[in-house]
Amino acid sequence: MKNILATITLLLIFVGTITGQQTPAKKQTEIISIEGVTAHIGNGQIIEKCVLTFENGKITAIGSDIEPKGTIIDATGKHIYPGFIAPNTTLGLVEIGAVRATDDDSELGNYNPHIRSIIAYNAESKIVESMRPNGVLIAQITPRGGRFSGTSSIVQLDAWNWEDAVLKMDDGVHLNWPNLYSKGRWWMDESPGYKVNKKYEEQLAKLSNFMDQAQASSKASNTESIPYRAMKGVFNGSQTLFIHANREKAILDALTFAKKYSLKNIVLVGADEGYKVINRLKKQNTAVLLTRTHSTPKNEDDDYDLPYKNAKLLMDAGILVALQNSGQMERANTRNLPFQAGTVAAHGLDKEKALQLITGNTAIILGIDKSVGTLEVGKDATLFISIGDALDMRTNQIEKAFIQGREISLESHQTELWKRYSNKYGQ
Amino acid sequence: MKKLFTSLCIISGLLSTTGQEYFPKNDGVTTPDTNYTVFTNATIHPTPEVTIKKGTLVIQKGKIVEIGTSVTIPKNSITVDLDGKHIYASFIDPFTNFGIQKPKKKAGARGIFSPGAQPAWDATRDGYYWNDHIRPETNALNNFAYDAKKAKEYLKQGFGVLQTHMPDGIMRGTGLLVALNTEGKEGERLLSDQSAQFLSFTKSNISPQVYPTSLMGAIALIRQVYHDAKWYQSGNCENKDLSLEALERNKKLPQIFEAGSRINGFRADKIGDQFNIQYTIVGGGDEYARIDKVKTTNATYILPINFPDAYDVSNPYDADIITLGSMRHWNQAPANPSIVSRNNIPFSFTTHKLKKLSDFQPNLEKAIKYGLDKKIALASLTTIPAQILGKSELLGSLKKGAYANFLITKNELFSKDNVIYENWVQGHKYSITNMNIKDISGSYDVEIAAKTYNMVLTGTPEKLKSEIKLDTISLDSKTTYANNWLTLTIKDSDTTEAKYIRIAVPVDTSSDLLSGKAILSDGSETIFTAKKKPKSAKDNKTNSKETHEIETAEVLPVTYPNIAYGNKQLPKAETILFKNATVWTNEADGILEETDILIKNGKISKIGKQLNDAGAKIIDATKKHITAGIIDEHSHIATASINEAGHNSSAEVTIEDVIAPDDISIYRNLAGGVTSIQILHGSANPIGGRSAILKLKWGESAENLIYKNSPKFIKFALGENVKQSNWGSNSRFPQTRMGVEQVYVDYFERAIAYGKRKKSGLPYRKDIEMETLLEILNGQRFVSCHSYVQSEINMLMKVAEKFDFRINTFTHILEGYKVADKMVTHGVGGSTFSDWWAYKYEVNDAIPYNAAIMHRQGVVTAINSDDPEMSRRLNQEAAKSVKYGGVSEEEALKFVTLNPAKLLHIDDRVGSIKVGKDADIVLWSDHPLSIYAKAEKTLIDGAVYFDLDKDKAARKSIAQERNKLTELMLKTKNKGGKTQPPKKKAKQHVHCDTLEAIH
Repeated sequence: MKNILATITLLLIFVGTITGQQTPAKKQTEIISIEGVTAHIGNGQIIEKCVLTFENGKITAIGSDIEPKGTIIDATGKHIYPGFIAPNTTLGLVEIGAVRATDDDSELGNYNPHIRSIIAYNAESKIVESMRPNGVLIAQITPRGGRFSGTSSIVQLDAWNWEDAVLKMDDGVHLNWPNLYSKGRWWMDESPGYKVNKKYEEQLAKLSNFMDQAQASSKASNTESIPYRAMKGVFNGSQTLFIHANREKAILDALTFAKKYSLKNIVLVGADEGYKVINRLKKQNTAVLLTRTHSTPKNEDDDYDLPYKNAKLLMDAGILVALQNSGQMERANTRNLPFQAGTVAAHGLDKEKALQLITGNTAIILGIDKSVGTLEVGKDATLFISIGDALDMRTNQIEKAFIQGREISLESHQTELWKRYSNKYGQ
Repeated sequence: MKKLFTSLCIISGLLSTTGQEYFPKNDGVTTPDTNYTVFTNATIHPTPEVTIKKGTLVIQKGKIVEIGTSVTIPKNSITVDLDGKHIYASFIDPFTNFGIQKPKKKAGARGIFSPGAQPAWDATRDGYYWNDHIRPETNALNNFAYDAKKAKEYLKQGFGVLQTHMPDGIMRGTGLLVALNTEGKEGERLLSDQSAQFLSFTKSNISPQVYPTSLMGAIALIRQVYHDAKWYQSGNCENKDLSLEALERNKKLPQIFEAGSRINGFRADKIGDQFNIQYTIVGGGDEYARIDKVKTTNATYILPINFPDAYDVSNPYDADIITLGSMRHWNQAPANPSIVSRNNIPFSFTTHKLKKLSDFQPNLEKAIKYGLDKKIALASLTTIPAQILGKSELLGSLKKGAYANFLITKNELFSKDNVIYENWVQGHKYSITNMNIKDISGSYDVEIAAKTYNMVLTGTPEKLKSEIKLDTISLDSKTTYANNWLTLTIKDSDTTEAKYIRIAVPVDTSSDLLSGKAILSDGSETIFTAKKKPKSAKDNKTNSKETHEIETAEVLPVTYPNIAYGNKQLPKAETILFKNATVWTNEADGILEETDILIKNGKISKIGKQLNDAGAKIIDATKKHITAGIIDEHSHIATASINEAGHNSSAEVTIEDVIAPDDISIYRNLAGGVTSIQILHGSANPIGGRSAILKLKWGESAENLIYKNSPKFIKFALGENVKQSNWGSNSRFPQTRMGVEQVYVDYFERAIAYGKRKKSGLPYRKDIEMETLLEILNGQRFVSCHSYVQSEINMLMKVAEKFDFRINTFTHILEGYKVADKMVTHGVGGSTFSDWWAYKYEVNDAIPYNAAIMHRQGVVTAINSDDPEMSRRLNQEAAKSVKYGGVSEEEALKFVTLNPAKLLHIDDRVGSIKVGKDADIVLWSDHPLSIYAKAEKTLIDGAVYFDLDKDKAARKSIAQERNKLTELMLKTKNKGGKTQPPKKKAKQHVHCDTLEAIH
C-alpha cells in the first residue's frame, strides 16, 4: 500500500501545480502507446496483453499483436478502460446543495423543454474534478424539475468552459412522467404513506395537450412559441426524449404515449419496474437508464437485492441498459458510478457486461457511441489506466487518465487537502 | 318542558324523581313516581356467566329493585310479560368523545419545519404547566353538550352508558360518564363528572407550542410531569400550577391511555411501570401480532372494533403498492379480540374508531365469527368496562341497586336472527324494535273481490316489503306496517291507467289470517283476506349457506415481525462449525487462512484447525471469509422518532423509548452483514437525545433488541443544523456557532448546580434533562457529537475539558483530519463517512482521505452510514479507505467492526473473532472488502438471523401468500364487501437532518 502512496506522490510532482481547479490538459501532440495492459473494451470484450495507441486524441490501434509506437507507457498487469459515462447528472449545475445561490438545476414552471443545461454548466466545479480520479470522464448534464425539465447536453470533464466541454450539445429533452402515487405531506398533517395520485389522468391530459400543440407547431417551418420550438428535435428524431418513469403502469403508459406521437428516439430513465414489462420494452426497442444500483428496494416486500440485480434482469432479457445515479446526494456520489456497476456484477452479471452499463451501452443510449464508450480504433482516446479492477473500490486505483488524448490531472481540491494535512502530521 | 314531562309519562309510565324533591314546581302538581315496573317470564342474563330462566326483574326509580325467580311483585306494579325473550345488561363504551367536539387546528398553523414558520417555543398560558399540551385540568363537562341524535344511534346498537372526554392533548384531563337517558334531565343521566383521567401521545390542537415535536419528546414530557407533580405536591414550588394541582386530584381516577397501536401501548405501559400507574390502554387492534408481550403489560385493554376493509386489488398495478404486512392485517385483525381473549387479557370494546356506529354490530359479529366467545364479547361490553370505570356496583350487570340499564332481546345476543327490542336506560324505555308487533312475513294467498293474488311479505316489521302477483303478472305495491296495522296499496292490473286498490288490515296477534277491508279503484269497498302458506324448504336453504360462510374464516399465521421476511419462529442460538474459512480475527492473530470456528451457546467457542464437535451443524466455508459482524456507529433505522426539535436541549428524550422493531431496514441491514447499530438522535439541537444501541435480532421486541447493560450515550450536534441554517424558521437560540458554545456552558453550569442541590440533602425537583447532563459530567454517559468543521470540533473539546470530561466520539467529523492531533490529545474517536461531501457548505472541505489521516494519527476511527441504504454495504465503504489514503485491508475492516465496537464500549462483547466473545459474525462469499462479496449468513449471539437460502425461500412464500390474500380480497369485493383504495405504508428514509412531527 505504501507503493501506491509513493506512486501517487511521485505522479503529483510531475503533474505540477495544485490549485482549486485543475488546469485543463493541453492537446495531445505526440503519439502514445500503452502496452502490456488488460484492455476492457466496453462492449463485453477483453484483450489481454494489449497494446493501445492513440494520436491526435484518437485511438489509432488496439490489439495484442500491435507494435507500440511513440511514447510507451508500460502498464503490464494493469487495466485500461474507456472513460466512464455518467448520464442524467446535475454535475456543474449545483455546487453546494444547501446553499441556494449555488443551485442552478431547476427552473420555474412545468413545461420547460427550452431550458438548456449547458449554459449553466460550471466546468470549474470542484465536484466535477473529483469524478476523474475514479474514472468518470464524461457526463450528461440534465436539468431537474417540472413536467419537462429541459434539454440536456453531454460534456467531457476536463475543460476551460462549457463550450470547450461539449461532446454533444442539446442531446435530448427530459420528461418527468406524472407520478402514479403521491406521498402524503406529513408537515401538512397528511398521512405520510403513498396513495394513488388522483390527478394522474388529469396530468396526462395536460401532457397530451402540450404534445399535440408542440407536434402541430413542429410541422410548421417556424413557430413563435419557444417551448414548442424546443420540442422540434424530439418529433423529427434528432433529439432523444428521455422519459423519467419508474412504476410498471407509468412505463406502459409512457410507451403507449411514445407510440401515439411516433417518437423515434426515446429512452426510459429510472424504470425501477422495467423488469416487469420486458416484452413491451423489447417490442418498442426501448433503452433504459436504470435507477442507481445503490438504492433500497421501493416496496417492503421486494427482494433485498432487487436494485443490485435489476440491471442484470434487463440485460439478460436483451434490453439495452445503462446506469445513472440521480437521487439523494447525486453529484458527489457520481464518482461511485463504477461501483454501482460492480454491484451488478456481484449479483450475477458478467464483469465485462457490467462494465458496458457505464461505458459502451451508455454511449449508444446517449448517441455518442461514434466517438466514445469503447476502446476502438477511430474513437476518442478518452480512457484511463487502473492498477486493478476499476469496478471494485478495493482495486480501483487510477494511475493515468486521458480525455481525447490529453493526459488530465487526477488531482482535486480533495487530494490537495489530503497532501497538506498529511504533510502537517508528517504521515 | 311540559311536553317532555307528558311524553315521559306516556312512554315509560315511570318518572324518576330521585334527588329532585327540593326543586320548585310551577307547571302543575307534584307527581312522584313510586310505582314499580316488573318484567316477568324472561330469560335474564344478569352477568355473562349467569342465566336465570323464567326470571323476574323489578325496577323502580331508574334502579333495579329485585331480580330472580321467586320475587314478590309489589302491588303498584306495571307488569310486562317477556315470555321467550331475553334481558341483558346494556353496553358501556368507556372511550368516546360523545357530545364533545375535538378542537381543530388553527387554519394556516404550521410546524417549525415549514417555510416561513413562526414557531411558538413557549406556552401560551400562565398559571398552568409550562407545556400547553399538558392539560389535566381540562374537565370534559365544560365542553359537553348532550347529543340526542348521536345517543339514538348508540341506543340502537345496545349502548346504555358512555364515557366521554376531550380528545385533545397529551394529558387530556377528566372524562365524564353519561347514561343515554335522552328523556331524563342532565342531572339524572350524568353519572360522574370526573370519571377517569385521559392521556395520549398526541399534542393539543388548541396550542401551537412546538414542544414536543416527536413521540419520544411526548414520552419524556409525561415522565417529567409526574416528577414535577411530586415536587409540587411536596410544597416546594413557589408558583401556582393549576395543571399539576389537577393532576394530583385526578390521581385516584382510572387512568386511560389512548395508545392507538400495540407498540404505543407498550410504550405507555413502560411509563406507567416507572410511576406505579397501571394504565388502561386503548389499543390499535394489532395486539394479536405480539400477544405474549401484550400480556406482560398486565393492562386491561380497550380495543377498537374497526377492522380494515379489504384493499381493492382489482387493478394489479395499484395492488402492488400494498405490503404483505397490510394485507395480512386485513386478514388477521378480525381475530384480534378472539386472540386477546384467549390469552386471558381483559378488554373492553370501543366504538371510537368506527367510521359509522352502525358498523358496530356487523363488526362484532365478525369478531365472533373469527372465534371470539360470545360470553366474553358480552363481558367486554358490560362487566369489564364497568370494572375499568370502577362502577361495577352500578353498571354492567343486573343486580339489586344497579341502574336499570338493560336490553330486551328476541333471542340470545349475538345470534344471527336476534333483534334488540328495547334498550332501557335508568328505567326509561327506548324502543328499538316494537316487540309487540307481530311478525307477519311470509307467503299469502290473497282474495280481493273474487280475484286471487299471491302476496309475499319480507323483512322486519319496520321495513316490511311486499311482492304481489296476479297469476304471473307482478303488480306494484307499497306497504306500511306499524302498531299492528297493515296498510297496502296495490296498482291495479289494468296497465293503461294508474288505478289503485287500497287495503287496511288490523293484525290479530293471535291468528295468521289477515283480514280487513279493501277499497277498489272505483271507490267500492270489499273484504280483504290473506291466508298464510306453510314455509317451504327453500326458505331454510339460505340459512345453511350462511352457516357455511361462518366456517370459512381463515386466519393466516403471524410472523415475527408480522411483515414480509418475518420469522415463523424466533431464531435460536445454534451450535455451528464453520470449516476452512479465511477468518479476519481483528486480533493479534490477524487473518487466518483455512481455519475453523465453532459457535456454541451464542459465543465463539473455538478457533483453530481441524475442529470437531459432535452436535454441531457443519458449514463448509472453503474459499469464503468470516468476519465479525458489522457495527454501524451512526444509524437512524428502526425508530419511530429521530429529532425532538422543540428545544435546543433535549437530553430528556431517548431513542430507547421509540424503537421500531418491525422496520424492514433491520432485515436489509442483516443482509449486508450488519449485526449492531447505534441509533442516534438527530442533529436538530446542540444537546440531542439519548441513543439506543441494538443488536439486529430481527423479530425480537424492542426491549430485546437493546443491548443488555447497554453503555449510555447521548447525541450532541454542532454547525448548520443546530443553528437552523436550513430550517423554515430562525427564531431559536443559537443561530451561530458562537451561540452553540454558550448553550453548552449554560446547560452544564445548570447541571452542576442541580448536582450540588441533589447532593446537599435538600429537597430537589427531579429533572430528567439535568440528570442526563450530570451523567455526562460524571463520565457515566458518553457523547457522540455530530460535527463537521474544525473550529467547532476544537470548541467542544475545550468546553468538555473545562467541565472536566471527554467527548467520546465525533460522528461525521468530516474535518477531523484537520484536528486529528488535537483529537488524539483529547482522547476522542472519529466515526466518519467514507466519501460524502458537497451537500452543504460545512462539508466543502470533506475529503475521502479523512479516515486514513485520522487513523494514521492515532484516532480510533470508524466508518458509519447515517443512511439505511449505505449501511447495507458498509464493508465496501471501509474498502474505500484502502483506495483513499492506502489504509491496510486489515485495518480498514476494523473501521466497521472493532473500531465502532470500541467507540461504543461494546468491544468486550463484539467487534472481533475471539474465543468467548458473542457469536456475532458474518460469512462472506468473497473477500469482505471487495464489492463482489455477499453476506451469506449473518449470526447474532449464535443464532442465524440472515441466510441467503432462507431468503430465497421467503421470497417464494411471500409471493404465494400475497397471491392467496389477493384472491381472498377479490372474493370479498365480488361478494359486495367494502373495499379501500390501495395505500402504501409510510416509508421515509431518515438521516440526522430529518425532522418529524408526531403522527
